[in-house]
Amino acid sequence: MDRLASTVISGEEPASQPFEATTVRDRYSRSGGSRIRVWLARLGVTLFATVAVVGFLSPLILSMTVSIKSIEQISQPGQPVLASSPVTYNYNGRDLTVYYVQVDGKTEQLALVSSNRAANTMRFVDPNSPDAPPIVLTGNRFDLSIVYKIDPQFQNFQTAWNDLGFLRELLNTIALATIETIGVLLSCTLVAYGFARFRFPGRNVLFILVIATIFLPTFATIIPIYTIFTKVLGWQGTWLPLIVPAFFANAYDVFLLRQFLMTIPRDLDEAAALDGAGPIRTLVSVILPQAWPAVVAVAIFTFVYSWNDYFGPLLYLGSSQDLWPLSIGLATFHGQHNLQEPGVVQAATLMSIVVPLIFFLVFQRFFVRGIRITGVET
Amino acid sequence: MTGLALRRSKGASLAQREARWGYIFLSPWIIGFLAFTLIPMVATFVFSFTNIELNSNRPVEFVGLKNWQDIFGDSQMWASLGVTLKFAILQLPLAVILPFLIAMLVNSKRLIAPGLFRILFFMPYTVPFVAGVVIWEQMENPTSGWIGQFLGIFGISAPNWLNDPTLIYPALVILGLWGVGGGMIVYLGGLQGIPSELYDAAKIDGAGWWGQLWHVTIPMMTPVFLYTLVLSIVDVLQYFLVVQVINNGVGEPGGTTMFYNLWLYKNFFTYGHEGYASAMAWFLFAITLVITLGVFASARRWVYYAGER
Repeated sequence: MDRLASTVISGEEPASQPFEATTVRDRYSRSGGSRIRVWLARLGVTLFATVAVVGFLSPLILSMTVSIKSIEQISQPGQPVLASSPVTYNYNGRDLTVYYVQVDGKTEQLALVSSNRAANTMRFVDPNSPDAPPIVLTGNRFDLSIVYKIDPQFQNFQTAWNDLGFLRELLNTIALATIETIGVLLSCTLVAYGFARFRFPGRNVLFILVIATIFLPTFATIIPIYTIFTKVLGWQGTWLPLIVPAFFANAYDVFLLRQFLMTIPRDLDEAAALDGAGPIRTLVSVILPQAWPAVVAVAIFTFVYSWNDYFGPLLYLGSSQDLWPLSIGLATFHGQHNLQEPGVVQAATLMSIVVPLIFFLVFQRFFVRGIRITGVET
Repeated sequence: MTGLALRRSKGASLAQREARWGYIFLSPWIIGFLAFTLIPMVATFVFSFTNIELNSNRPVEFVGLKNWQDIFGDSQMWASLGVTLKFAILQLPLAVILPFLIAMLVNSKRLIAPGLFRILFFMPYTVPFVAGVVIWEQMENPTSGWIGQFLGIFGISAPNWLNDPTLIYPALVILGLWGVGGGMIVYLGGLQGIPSELYDAAKIDGAGWWGQLWHVTIPMMTPVFLYTLVLSIVDVLQYFLVVQVINNGVGEPGGTTMFYNLWLYKNFFTYGHEGYASAMAWFLFAITLVITLGVFASARRWVYYAGER
């Protein structure tokens, strides 16, 4: 089970299927022509997957390119893909735009000094020989293309960091996610242990109720909860409405942990019980050391879930900017600045996804295992 | 005799002690279930028959069916329900089938480096919700977005998706594509749980790729389809946070993004009509329940459980 889960993403074949390689069809395809066909098929499938994945991830790449662009470049059509700005040439104290110009069949980069629409003429100066007489050509400057140079606006990240109050929101996000993770780990481990190791009347009914809450719409319960938290307990503008429920277990993580605990043999528990260990000591010294993959999975899930949560902060922290995590900070920043400074907004967005992405890349096996357990086994 | 009686009484007390520990360990969930699920659900139902207001100290009174009559007589409620259902019809097939297709792709024996593709397809699933919306909004921007520029290659002028009443739903569906990674992993787990003997048997019977897909893979995957379908239905009926981020939930263009839950959210948080919002919440809950129970009832006909013969 353990091994199978970790092979899902790494792509190794599970060891339990040793006959996979020699299927009927393969035995007939040992000859040279068929082998080429198999390789062509592999190339075709891989090429298709590559195109699909590039398209799938292209918004991320677009966001990166936009994050270092100026507003001038983003708002005008027909601009280069990469962050660039028009090349200018300072001539007699004026910044002139440089164009690609056809002179005697050759393309030259010339700075436009002036254009006369009535006479349909343009006067250019060559930046390489500014003292030469101006070159006069017929035509319209709108038919020419502007010369661009690569010009990334890395200061967009600096602007986003300062304007968003990024550091404070980052620390808020980390603090909230850490507290919620502790709450979920404590409560869900206890509840899962109760379901996995103890027999008591009503256990199956209660477990079905746990599963049923996965399918319950948020709005079926949120109105009284919000009213109690804010009007009765006065928790509006505090982290308490986000933190407190985490300490009372949730269906997904209880289910995930319970499924994992069920796979741990009971021999060691029973040995510990014979040695006089109580249920809590058995949990801490026997069960948890064996259950750590599932515990880590739940910890990562909760941390990332909390990091990404937007609805909770939107309800309870709306006007308390000092307490905002990144999600609501970014949404508000987007609402205020997206029209004027899309580059800065994308820079802020990219900064806000760095931590979850690193988390994912480091712990991807645990992610996959957790989703598999909750998804396939219900 | 006494020994047997002693053992029996000791056994009973052991079972009782075990049960007591069980309830103790369950207590966080039991308290949470009562406080955050059962009592709030009942309270929402009771609220729906009162004139309770969020920001008013006026004494709360029962008003009978008034809120229910109000919501059923509110054309905006029906319009928002229509918006949600229209979007759901467009989004649901994609939410159920696309992750399956991607899982098939990254599970293919013909694919080189499948592990890398699995990571890349799953990665956006961990991108924070708000960030994902902001990034995709840029992608769909008519001047600088790559979708418009890609269409431009074929001479199709870039649509202003997010401000177009007819294209807004496809735009929102595309905007949600980054979530397919979670479904992909669930399907992938299902695909890898199919015993390879079944494929071997199908091959001996002369089944090709399509035959194996149709007679082995899809029947074996029906439980996973059911799970994904039900969760997707519950999710899509609650859809509104994306448009809350994109245009601050004003319903533009032309009311086409006034989703049911956005209208509910506005009635509760903006206008403070708590009784009215409670009736809306229970109406949505009832709709969700009827649809999902309908799906579960239909499951007998199309879901195959390997354990049953």
